[in-house]
Amino acid sequence: MAVMTARRAPLGPILIRQTWAEFLKLWRVPAFSLTSIFLPIMFYAFIGIGSSSQVISPHVTFGAYFLASMAVYSVANVMIFSFGISVATERGQKMDLLMRATPMPPVVYLLSKCITAIFFAAITLAVLFPFAYIAGGVRLDASEWVTLAYRVLLGSIPFIALGFAIGYLSGPNSAVAVINLIYLPTAFASGLFFPKQLLPKFIQSIAPYLPLHFYGQLGWDAIGAPTDESVTTDWLYLVGYGVAFFLIALWAYRREEGRKFT
Amino acid sequence: MPAAAELIEATKKYGDTEALKGVTLTIELGEVVAMLGPNGAGKTTSISLLLGLRKPTSGKALLFGLNPDHLDARSRVGVMLQESGIPTVLKVSEIVDLFRSYYPKPMARDRAIAMAGLEEKTNAQVKELSGGQKQRLYFALAVCGDPDVLFLDEPTVGMDVEGRRSFIERIAEFAQLGRTVVLTTHYLEEADQLAKRVVVIDRGLVIADASPQEIKSRVAGKRVRFKTSALADKDLEGLPITTSTITDHSVQLLTNQPEAVLKELFRRGVEISELEVSGADLEDAFISLTTHTPTA
Repeated sequence: MAVMTARRAPLGPILIRQTWAEFLKLWRVPAFSLTSIFLPIMFYAFIGIGSSSQVISPHVTFGAYFLASMAVYSVANVMIFSFGISVATERGQKMDLLMRATPMPPVVYLLSKCITAIFFAAITLAVLFPFAYIAGGVRLDASEWVTLAYRVLLGSIPFIALGFAIGYLSGPNSAVAVINLIYLPTAFASGLFFPKQLLPKFIQSIAPYLPLHFYGQLGWDAIGAPTDESVTTDWLYLVGYGVAFFLIALWAYRREEGRKFT
Repeated sequence: MPAAAELIEATKKYGDTEALKGVTLTIELGEVVAMLGPNGAGKTTSISLLLGLRKPTSGKALLFGLNPDHLDARSRVGVMLQESGIPTVLKVSEIVDLFRSYYPKPMARDRAIAMAGLEEKTNAQVKELSGGQKQRLYFALAVCGDPDVLFLDEPTVGMDVEGRRSFIERIAEFAQLGRTVVLTTHYLEEADQLAKRVVVIDRGLVIADASPQEIKSRVAGKRVRFKTSALADKDLEGLPITTSTITDHSVQLLTNQPEAVLKELFRRGVEISELEVSGADLEDAFISLTTHTPTA
């Protein structure tokens, strides 16, 4: 009789290998890694630095305000793109098929993508923050830097679910276009690039309900800028959006499973 | 001990199409089995059911007596699928290491890469590989977990003759470790070279399940070839042949009774030259099995 020792591979090493592979898959695609890391500091250089010392409300400079905007923009960008495009590409190239036939637990697949995305998001912040400090002369209290970082990372979770949903709902070639069509306009509408007051009236009327709006408010509040509603309200809305996006993603995932694997 | 893989009265419908119409098949540990059949016969569907990639519409599929979804079962299985992709920016060594981590007792990375003959490409990214090299990488990924059972769905598809020959040797090398190998194929000489058991599937049913020798002896054991200046359809009427191929003046017949066939042809006064009688290879046997629905 065959001697059966361990019947399955231990989860820890699988998770480490899978996460490393997911990281390399994103890192080696410059269209993703370079744009997610350098686009935010480029925007900051073009828009933020020029009037960074201008005081826009008591104790808040435009430099700090725009740093919060770009932190929110870049982290949400990483979350939506890394998930949306990698999931759509893997479906398109039928990578999911071979993975499905291996003993890799599906939860590892999901976790490894989340860890990779959060890690990438942390890299973008690790580049953006020093850049704002040195080039933009932004000075914040230590607690403000920390609050900004953790709020931006924690608040990005709903966008992971959104990226997942887009990855399962769009094709490998259309994912980038779909994401840009959704993400860029809502980033503008939420006031991440210029004040909402400059937007057309009807966009101003829907803007306060966009997920990026609440996410942005969390960032601006962290550096001491006045916001429309309380931080608690922002979190509650984000949790609500997170649950909604997650349910859409789950539905899209199940739909795909039903089509491919029954 | 449960069988390595088992289908019990398994059927599979895709919409209105019945891909499998009730297949019962037991594959024991250590067997090397080839599944033969034309396109759309149900070979890939059978493998998909055994791997848990698809669920049977009725009946059962089991891996080591377990549901094929079960990770304990999957941990003992290596797979090469017909249509599947792998991340193009990962290096060969990286993706082999990744797949090794999925299994409880993987083989050393270098050994898996050597079994696939990819030593020189260890540090190349997947996108730099040729079609044949990619196919060999899939083989490395299938064996790197040192599985008890290896499923190969048309492993040599798209390879040239030389590539196929060396690939078959690699599969044979793995089978010699005493492992179970289940492969589907179009290239019938592969089945003949590798397998001790051939399962012929046609239109969703198993129509033959025997050793390559038995299949050859059971159906269309001999091939009769000759040239003739004139051959009418009625000249072949009522002869004990399974198939006939006539091109210009060359005639090829598959039969179990070459003597009776020739005697009758001579009696009917058919002019015969360059007569040749030889044992049919598996390909011939296969053609006669699948073109005639009632089994001999």
